[in-house]
Amino acid sequence: MFAYVVRRVLATIPVMAVVALFVFSLLYISPGDPAAVIAGDQATPADVERIRASLGLDRPYLVRFGAWVWDILRGDLGTSIFTNLPVATMIAQRIEPTLSLMVVTLLLAISVAVPMGVVAAWKQGTLIDRAVMAFAVLGFSVPVFVVGYLLAYFFALEWDLLPVQGYTPFARGFWPWLENLILPAIALGSVYIALIARITRATMLEVLQQDYIRTAKAKGVGQSGMLFLHALKNAAVPIVTVIGIGIALLIGGAVVTESVFAIPGLGRLTVDAILRRDYPVIQGVVLLFSFVYVLVNLAIDLVYTLFDPRIRY
Amino acid sequence: MIGRRGLMAAGAAGVMAPRIVGAQGAAARTLRVIPQANLTSLDPVWTTAVVTRNNAFMVYDQICAQDASGAIRPQMAEGWELSDDKLAWTFTLREGLYFHDGEKVTARDCVASIQRWAKRDPFMQVLQSSVAEVAVVDDRRFRFRLHRPVPLLTEALGQTQFPCFVMPERLASTDAFQQIREAVGSGPFRFLPSEWNPGQRAVWAKHDRYVPRQEPVDGLAGGRAPRLDRVEWTIITDPATSANAMVLGEQDYWEYPLHDLLPVMRRSRDLVVEQRLLDGTYGICRFNSLHPPFNNPAIRRAVAMAVDQRDYLRAVAGNEPDGWGVCEGVFTCGTPLANEAGSEILKTRSIERARAALREAGYNNERVVLIAPGDYPQINALSMVTADILRRMGMNLELVSTDWGTLVQRRASKEPVERGGWSIIHTTSSGQALSMPVFHLFLRTNGPSAWFGWPEDAEIERLRAAWVAAEEAPERLRLAEQMNRRSMEIMHYVPLGYYWQPSAWRRNVSGVFRAPATVFWNIAKS
Repeated sequence: MFAYVVRRVLATIPVMAVVALFVFSLLYISPGDPAAVIAGDQATPADVERIRASLGLDRPYLVRFGAWVWDILRGDLGTSIFTNLPVATMIAQRIEPTLSLMVVTLLLAISVAVPMGVVAAWKQGTLIDRAVMAFAVLGFSVPVFVVGYLLAYFFALEWDLLPVQGYTPFARGFWPWLENLILPAIALGSVYIALIARITRATMLEVLQQDYIRTAKAKGVGQSGMLFLHALKNAAVPIVTVIGIGIALLIGGAVVTESVFAIPGLGRLTVDAILRRDYPVIQGVVLLFSFVYVLVNLAIDLVYTLFDPRIRY
Repeated sequence: MIGRRGLMAAGAAGVMAPRIVGAQGAAARTLRVIPQANLTSLDPVWTTAVVTRNNAFMVYDQICAQDASGAIRPQMAEGWELSDDKLAWTFTLREGLYFHDGEKVTARDCVASIQRWAKRDPFMQVLQSSVAEVAVVDDRRFRFRLHRPVPLLTEALGQTQFPCFVMPERLASTDAFQQIREAVGSGPFRFLPSEWNPGQRAVWAKHDRYVPRQEPVDGLAGGRAPRLDRVEWTIITDPATSANAMVLGEQDYWEYPLHDLLPVMRRSRDLVVEQRLLDGTYGICRFNSLHPPFNNPAIRRAVAMAVDQRDYLRAVAGNEPDGWGVCEGVFTCGTPLANEAGSEILKTRSIERARAALREAGYNNERVVLIAPGDYPQINALSMVTADILRRMGMNLELVSTDWGTLVQRRASKEPVERGGWSIIHTTSSGQALSMPVFHLFLRTNGPSAWFGWPEDAEIERLRAAWVAAEEAPERLRLAEQMNRRSMEIMHYVPLGYYWQPSAWRRNVSGVFRAPATVFWNIAKS
C-alpha cells in the first residue's frame, strides 16, 4: 500500500508538468494585455510598452516559461502583476473560505443525499421515491445562482435569519463561521445532493436484488441494519466515486457561489485574475487545483479499500 | 433598525452587555463600504484605476485641491506666491504635516512626488517644456522656476483627474513605471496592509496626527477631517448581493449601485440614494480613423446624424430623465468651456437622413467591426445601441462581444479589420476628464500619438496649443468653440451624453458631501 501511495504521488509530477506547460502556453496565446489594463486610458502606447517591459512581458516565450518553471522548482509561485503580492500569499488568504465551503457542502450533501437515496430505493415506486427523484431532477435543472438568490431572498431578506454575504474565519468562532456558510452550502450542494441521491438509489436498487440481501432478510436482520450495514456498504464504491468526481464539480461551482455570496475564495480569485490577465495568479491557482484533483483521486482509490476488502494495492 | 438576527444575537449574549455596547460603539465608528471595483494596486502613479485613486485620496494629501466649483485651493500648502515676472511659483507647506510613519512632511517629499507624477500625468507633460526646475528652498518651501509663464500650473497640481499626491521622498524616488509596494502618506486615513486581502477587503484607520484645514469641506478642498475610526471596503462583485447587503444593513455605503437596482434601493426607508459625484459619466463612440470605412469623415458624420443621445442614455441609466442629460458638445456640460458651436449635426437624429448621407459619402459596404465588452454593463449598453443604429443604416456590421481585458488589447491594433483590427469602440469618461483640452484624450488629433483610433488633424492641435497659452477666460472659450466646431466637422468621435452615477448609504451615515471623487473624510456614522 505504502509503495502504491508513493508511486501515485510521484506520478503527479509529470501530470503537473503537462498542466504547467498547457496553462502557460494557453495564457501566452490568449488575447489580453495586463500592461494596457494597468496603464489605463490616459497612457500613451510608449507608457504601455514601458510597463510591459517592467513586468517582463516583452520577453520571448521560452525565456518567460523557463523563468517561471525555475521559480516553481524553488517553491516560488511568483508575484501578482497587479497587487505586487506573492501568489502564494494570495492563495493562502483565499484557501480557507473555499475549503470551508467545500467541506460544509460535502458534509451537507452526503448527510442528506445518501439517506435520501437509500430510502428512495427501499420505497421504490412509492410517493417518497417519486418525491426524491423529483427533487433530484430539480436539483440538476435549477442553476446554482438561481438557488442562491432564492435562498438569500427568503432566509436573509424576508426572514432575516442568516447573513446574505461574506465570510467569517473559523478562528472567530464556530457559529459566525457556519452562519455565513449555510446558504452558500445549500445552494452549491443542491446539484450535488441530486447527483449523489440518484446514484445511491440506483446502486442500492441493484444491491437490494442480490441473493445475500434475501438471505439476510430470511435470517431476520432488521430493516435498518439490512439497508445501512449490508446493502449500503456494498453499494458504497460507486457512491464514493461520484463523491470524488463531485469534488471537481465543486471547484467549478464554487466560482459562482462565491460570487453570489461574496465569499473571498479561490474561485473568485481565479475569475478576477482571468479578467485582469494576472498571469502568475492564474498559473498558480490552476496548478494548485490540478494538484488537489490528483490527490482527491488518490484518496478515493484508497477509500475503496475500506469498503471492499477485495481491492488491494 | 435591529433585525431579527441582531435581536437573537443580543438575546443570546445578554450577559455580555457591556462588551456588546463596546462593540456597537466600534461598529458606529466603522464605515463599511462596497467600492466600485477591487483595489488591486496602491500606487496612484503606476495605474490610473479610479479605485486606486480613491484609496490614494484617503492615504495621501495634495498640495492643492479642487473645490466644488472647480477652483483650485491650497490643501497641504499654506499658500503660494507668483513672482512679478510670472516665472517663479513658490509654495509654502502648512505646519504640522506628518506621514503615517511619523516622519515630518518636507518640501523634499513634495518635489520628489511632483517629479515622479509629472512623468506620467498628461496635463503636466503639456506644461513640462515650460518648467526649468522644481527645487527645494527650505524644509517648508519649494519653487517652480519657469522658462515662460504657465498660468495653468495650480490647475495641474490640484487636478482630480490624475492628482499629484505627496509621498515620502524614499517612495517617490521610485521609477514612475515601477509599482510602489507601500502606501505611506500624510492623508486623513492610514492604510492597514495587514488587513488587505485583494479581492476581499481593504481597511484604513484614522490618522490621529492629521491636522485638517480649518475651512469647511468644499469639494476636495477645505478641512479633510476624519470622523471615523475605520473605513472597511468589502469587494462584492454581484450587484444583487450588494443591494441585499445594503438593505439588510450589512454594509453602510455603496459607491456605484447598478442603475437597474436603484428603484429597489429607493424603496428602502433605511437608505439614501443620491448623486455624490459632481459630474456625470460621459459616453464616447470612437471611430478608427485609419481604415475604411471610417477613414472617411463624411461616413463618420453620417453615423453621427443617426445618433440620438437619449437612446444611449436610457439604455444605460433607465427612463428617469433626472438620471442622465444630453450634452451635444465635446466639453463637459456645465463647465466654463461647454459649448455647442457647430453641433447641429448631432441634433439631426434621423436614420433616414443618415442613410442618405451614407450613400452620398460613398460607403462601399466595407465591413465594420464593433467590439463590445460584455463584462462592462454600461459600455456594453452603449455598444449595443450603436450596433442597432449601424444595422438600421444598412452598414455591413460585425459585432464582436468580448471581455474588457481583450478589448483593451485589441483596440491597440492599427491593423485593418481583416487582420484583427477594429472599426468602432466605446468607452466612458468622467466629466472632469473632458472639461479642458489639456487632458481631453478623445479630442486629440495628433495621429499616431492620439488615443486609439489615431485621428489626425492639424487644426485641432493648433487650437489646443493656443488654448494652453491663452491667459484670459474669454479667449479660452473662443478657442474651445472653434475646437468644438472643428470636432463636429471631422467627427473623430461621437459624444453620447452623460448619465449620473448615484451612490447609496444608510440613513445613519452623516456628513456625506458632493465632490469630484469618492472620499470618506467628514463622514460620520451614528
